[in-house]
Amino acid sequence: MEEPQTSQSVELLTFELGEHEYALDIMCVREIRGWAKATPLPHAPSFMRGVINLRGAVLPVMDLGERLGLPTRPHCDRNVIIVVSFKETMTGLLVDAVSDIIALSPDALQPPPDAANYGAQTVVKALTLIEDRMIRVLDLNNIVVLSQGEAA
Amino acid sequence: MTMPDPMAEIRASFFVECDELLEAMQDGLQAMEDGTDDAETIHVVFRAVHSIKGGAGAFGLEALVRFSHRYETVLDRVRSGDLGVEAGLLKHFFRAADHLSDLVRASRDEIKVPSGAGEAILAELNAHIGADVTPDEVEPEIEFQPTGLTLDLDVDLPPLNDPPRAPQFKICFTPDAEMFDTGNDVFPILRSVAALGACDIRCDTARVPALSDIVPETSYLSWTILLTSDVDEAEVASVFEFVEGLCKLRIERVAGSDTADAPPPPPLADEDVSRLPEPEADRPKIEQPPQRTAPAATKSVVRVDLDRIERLVNLVGELVINQAMLAQSLQSAGLSPHSNAMNGLEEFQRLTRDIQDSVMMIRAQPVKPLFQRMSRIVREASTAVNKDVRLITDGETTEVDKTVIERLADPLTHMIRNAVDHGLEPTHERLANGKAAQGHVTLSAAHRSGRVIIEVSDDGGGINRPRVLQVAMDKGLIPPDAVLSESEIDNLLFLPGFSTADTVSDLSGRGVGMDVVRTAIQSLGGRISITSTPDLGTTFSISLPLTLAVLDGMVIEVAGETLVLPLNVVAETVTLSASTLDAVQPGLDVVRVRGGLVPLFDLGYLLGYRARKDSYIDGVALLITHDDGSQGALVVDEIQDQRQVVIKGLDDTFYRAPGIAAATILGDGQIALILDPSDIIAQAGDPPHNRSQKTRMEA
Amino acid sequence: MNLEVLAVDDSRTMRDMIRLALEPAGFRVHTADDGVHGTEVLAGITPDVIITDINMPRMDGFGFIDAVRDQIGHRTTPILVLTTEAAPELKMRARAAGATGWIVKPFDPSKLVKALQMVAG
Repeated sequence: MEEPQTSQSVELLTFELGEHEYALDIMCVREIRGWAKATPLPHAPSFMRGVINLRGAVLPVMDLGERLGLPTRPHCDRNVIIVVSFKETMTGLLVDAVSDIIALSPDALQPPPDAANYGAQTVVKALTLIEDRMIRVLDLNNIVVLSQGEAA
Repeated sequence: MTMPDPMAEIRASFFVECDELLEAMQDGLQAMEDGTDDAETIHVVFRAVHSIKGGAGAFGLEALVRFSHRYETVLDRVRSGDLGVEAGLLKHFFRAADHLSDLVRASRDEIKVPSGAGEAILAELNAHIGADVTPDEVEPEIEFQPTGLTLDLDVDLPPLNDPPRAPQFKICFTPDAEMFDTGNDVFPILRSVAALGACDIRCDTARVPALSDIVPETSYLSWTILLTSDVDEAEVASVFEFVEGLCKLRIERVAGSDTADAPPPPPLADEDVSRLPEPEADRPKIEQPPQRTAPAATKSVVRVDLDRIERLVNLVGELVINQAMLAQSLQSAGLSPHSNAMNGLEEFQRLTRDIQDSVMMIRAQPVKPLFQRMSRIVREASTAVNKDVRLITDGETTEVDKTVIERLADPLTHMIRNAVDHGLEPTHERLANGKAAQGHVTLSAAHRSGRVIIEVSDDGGGINRPRVLQVAMDKGLIPPDAVLSESEIDNLLFLPGFSTADTVSDLSGRGVGMDVVRTAIQSLGGRISITSTPDLGTTFSISLPLTLAVLDGMVIEVAGETLVLPLNVVAETVTLSASTLDAVQPGLDVVRVRGGLVPLFDLGYLLGYRARKDSYIDGVALLITHDDGSQGALVVDEIQDQRQVVIKGLDDTFYRAPGIAAATILGDGQIALILDPSDIIAQAGDPPHNRSQKTRMEA
Repeated sequence: MNLEVLAVDDSRTMRDMIRLALEPAGFRVHTADDGVHGTEVLAGITPDVIITDINMPRMDGFGFIDAVRDQIGHRTTPILVLTTEAAPELKMRARAAGATGWIVKPFDPSKLVKALQMVAG
């Protein structure tokens, strides 16, 4: 886990993707911005939306839903880009809508079932329940960093 | 702002100077290796080491002083002709030079260097001058005086009204005539004695003859000084250090504290010191304006923090973007091209370009230091694999953006190691093939059509294509039934996960392949290509933009996307017509350009933006000339503009799009990709499955 | 004390050090990069004392001392030689060449000032 965590509480940014709710450690989130037209990258994996201009820097943007293998959804105005910083690299994550910022004690987080057993990459590093809704806390390491096969 | 510490400033400047000296030393050694044996060459090397030693001493860099001193000792033996230059000695000189560079760098960064390596090299050096010089004997020669004294510059005479004390020293001083030949003079010496404590100075003029008998340059006077001071005798003697042997001098401690023991005053009355004989009497003191003494022999240089230049470069980049935006909005406002605003804009553009060029020039540096680092890599690598290898360099003065130079070091190191390790055959094989035992690796740099070309060649056996093909098949990198051209086989070396060595050596078998080299070169906006001839060797050619920051681009449109092509690869624009187009086979068309047939590439299709066009008639194509001189024509939908664009690297993105060199930000704030046409055309030859997934983005 | 000094050394670091040691002490410091440059600079000034390195390109310290002593106006100008060796034969050689004294590198500023005061007034 690269994300800094305090022992007292963890702050999470929660957002919607399709029917589900996800969350990211707020420490990784640099900013949230509205959707802008991205310049497509040739032959990129389909979840790569392309690159956008983030105040003079080139920011790659990926459709997080597609990245996680969710069914494609129509684009709408509430769509936003969450700009995350991971291992000194900035990436934009296109999500349906941002919901909330929540603070949790680490005890409230529980590990997901061992996905390695199913041969899948672990993109969810923890689960938590808030008012009966399950929130999936994402592991940026397996989302922002592409494996060898994906990058080719 | 705080005042910079002058010592820290000089220290920094010392290390800059060291780099220059190390470079001069390397040049000298290289010249010696190339057969130069004139005295000046060895002098240059000697002086470089000597100056490093001198400066190092001033800053208390003991390890550096020790090593350079012993290195210098051996160099001095060569300089004096005691020791002849032969290959073995030269090899050790090079190694010592490398170690000296390490020590300088370590001293600069205040890192400790393990002494073992240095000792081994010193042992090698000492072996050349015989066992008579052991480290322990050399040691005392180094007069290392820690500069711990404070800067006490108060040289005024001590107050005369000190409480009267008994003098401790009696000094009798009679200069010889020769003393004055060396430029020494009595008065400053007496004053220096006086600086030690209260003095009673008497001059004995008894020997002065009658005026008519005076021989002008003979010394007739002597002095007796009674000194009251707490300093020791050595300190008193040190005042006379320079005139030792040029005078009669007696320094004695006065036994008692009683002045009665003092000798009686000289027979003649006290002489005022100002009446000292001064054969050189007139030393005119003409006030000179100090400016006259600053000759234009050296160019004045300002050291600037690279961060400041980076900032300037970035600002100029922003300026270019802003100017483009301004131009766009003025144009869309419908202003006449002859209006004042548009004329002003033109001037603005010219100025911006000048500023840009000037800023880029600040960062341009010759590749020489980089090449010198590579010569070290060759020495180390050839020793490691036990091959006799000579590095030949060419075009060292070629200037390249500093950032590019820095980022070239790793890929070049890897390529050089590869050339030594894999490129050159083992010595016995070379001899069996009738080649010289010594292998050659050539490293060259040159400017060619607005780019920098850097080549690494070896005169080895060339790429073993059957084996490369086999390895690629074994590793599943290509289908077992693949039929590849020679150049396609060579390019397999760039595939991730490819490694050729039969035995993974220490040297280059570190899991870093040529794919990493290619990625590094691409991240610099460059390309790398390979040519190889069996038995003659292999050449890797790197083509780089002159600078990372700006590019003269041609702005084009393809399938609704705005793209930028580097202007320097576009040879000309070709309008396609039925009479110039020919279909060779489905999917392969050629266009006739001045009698030649140039293959046509549909950019929109190749980038995966749309399907192949049915007809190219009335279309526009850009004629691209590759580094190897071959041509291709890229079909585009529209040519918009030619302008300078600021290059924004894509290396931070985790996905590297094939055929894309970088990106830029257009006047409207949108990002446009900068294409690498050669790469696009190379990709066009790839098996189609690599390009099958089309990516359409919904806006 | 406001003495004028000419310092001749091919090492920029050494020239800087000399300047740093002497200027705060009230000396006026001129510098030159080697013997040839030194004679050129000397044509325009009348220093009270000259400091010179030995190992220099174009014209070394010994050659420079010769050149200085050949000029009537500088026959007795004190010349201090900068040397990294305290070896007596080097000192003797410097003296034979016409040097007034020597300074062993590395020097500390007070030693340098003192040495200058021993030869110039």
